[in-house]
Amino acid sequence: MAATLRELRGRIRSAESIKKITRAQELIATSRIAKAQARVAAARPYSAEITNMLSNLAAEAALDHPLLVPRAEPKRAGVLVVSSDRGLCGGYNANVLRQAEELIALLRQEGKNPVLYVIGRKALSYFSFRNWTITRSWVGISEKPTYEDAQEVAGFLVDAFLAGADDFGDDPGEDGILGVDELHIVFTEFRSMLSQYAEARRIAPLEVEYVGEESSGPHTLFSFEPDANTLFESLLPRYIATRIFSALLESSASESASRRRAMKAATDNADDLIKVLTLMANRERQAQITQEISEIVGGANALAEAAS
Amino acid sequence: MAELDIAIVAVERKIWSGKATFLFTRTTSGDIGILPHHIPLVAQLVDDAMVRVEREGEDDLRIAVDGGYLSVTEAGVTILAESAAFESEIDIDEAKADAASDDPHTAARGRARLRAVGQYD
Repeated sequence: MAATLRELRGRIRSAESIKKITRAQELIATSRIAKAQARVAAARPYSAEITNMLSNLAAEAALDHPLLVPRAEPKRAGVLVVSSDRGLCGGYNANVLRQAEELIALLRQEGKNPVLYVIGRKALSYFSFRNWTITRSWVGISEKPTYEDAQEVAGFLVDAFLAGADDFGDDPGEDGILGVDELHIVFTEFRSMLSQYAEARRIAPLEVEYVGEESSGPHTLFSFEPDANTLFESLLPRYIATRIFSALLESSASESASRRRAMKAATDNADDLIKVLTLMANRERQAQITQEISEIVGGANALAEAAS
Repeated sequence: MAELDIAIVAVERKIWSGKATFLFTRTTSGDIGILPHHIPLVAQLVDDAMVRVEREGEDDLRIAVDGGYLSVTEAGVTILAESAAFESEIDIDEAKADAASDDPHTAARGRARLRAVGQYD
């Protein structure tokens, strides 16, 4: 059966070329994780310092800034979904989207109308396929997010939040901004090379994550230029931008990690497949040879018998 | 002599940290010079701020800081910036072009960089 042997060889060749591609993807993803992790680490001092500064200020300033106070009857809640632009990264996008769906269902239950903002082509196509209204989308930034990108996203979201849901339905109302009363972000937290989890967090109204010990010992008296409230007001939007930026960085690290894992699994599977197929091809070849030999021997015997 | 511990932190990286004798910059309320044992302070820097760090036995550092905040505690001075550039990293022509820009934010960044190289006050 020469056709099966040829078929087997063809399948081995295609498995080999798939393996080459997935191996290359795996290597690229591996080098990207290291870079992305370094960026996550490099952004940490700033967010630690800004949190520190805010907690110093929080002791002095009046905590009635709109970004801090939960609204009495939230009508609309913004959900920012951070996904990737490209596929081939295992369950990365599926996990984020599932988490987003859960959050949206929860918000609906609480009587809040979800407003969608998405980052990344995957979430965009997922939600537009399901006929959701996507209020704003950003693509092409999720793989290598810069602070400018985060600032743009944060600026847009903070404006929407400060405008508030002062109107009804899906109509932007008089101010032309589709305001929201709450902001949530769904992203993938990078815990380690092997574990990344899709997380949903509320970013506004803010709960400042206080660091360090609880006011032990004497409290430092700061002086402020300009006064504490003004400083607080200008720092808060920046704090939100930093939170979004770090979420973007973690997501991009997670994306590379998931891609590495998925591509490693694909490479290993291709290896296994090649092994099985090679074995089958060798058996087939040997069977053919054996058959040919027995045919020749049989033929020769028949000739010898006829001659004698 | 007493020294200041200074850390200048930008969003994407830590720019510089080290010891210094004096730090000079401009906040929204005016110029400020900080010597060791300064009282605790939190301040917002102007958009086109330049930070001068004077060190003992070494050249002064001049750093253009964009969107900066200054915080002084007993532990030292921290400057938070959205972006920052050392004097040596600055492209003067680009900074001049930015300073002439119509966009107030870009213009402020350009002025800050020109100030760091000493071509503008």
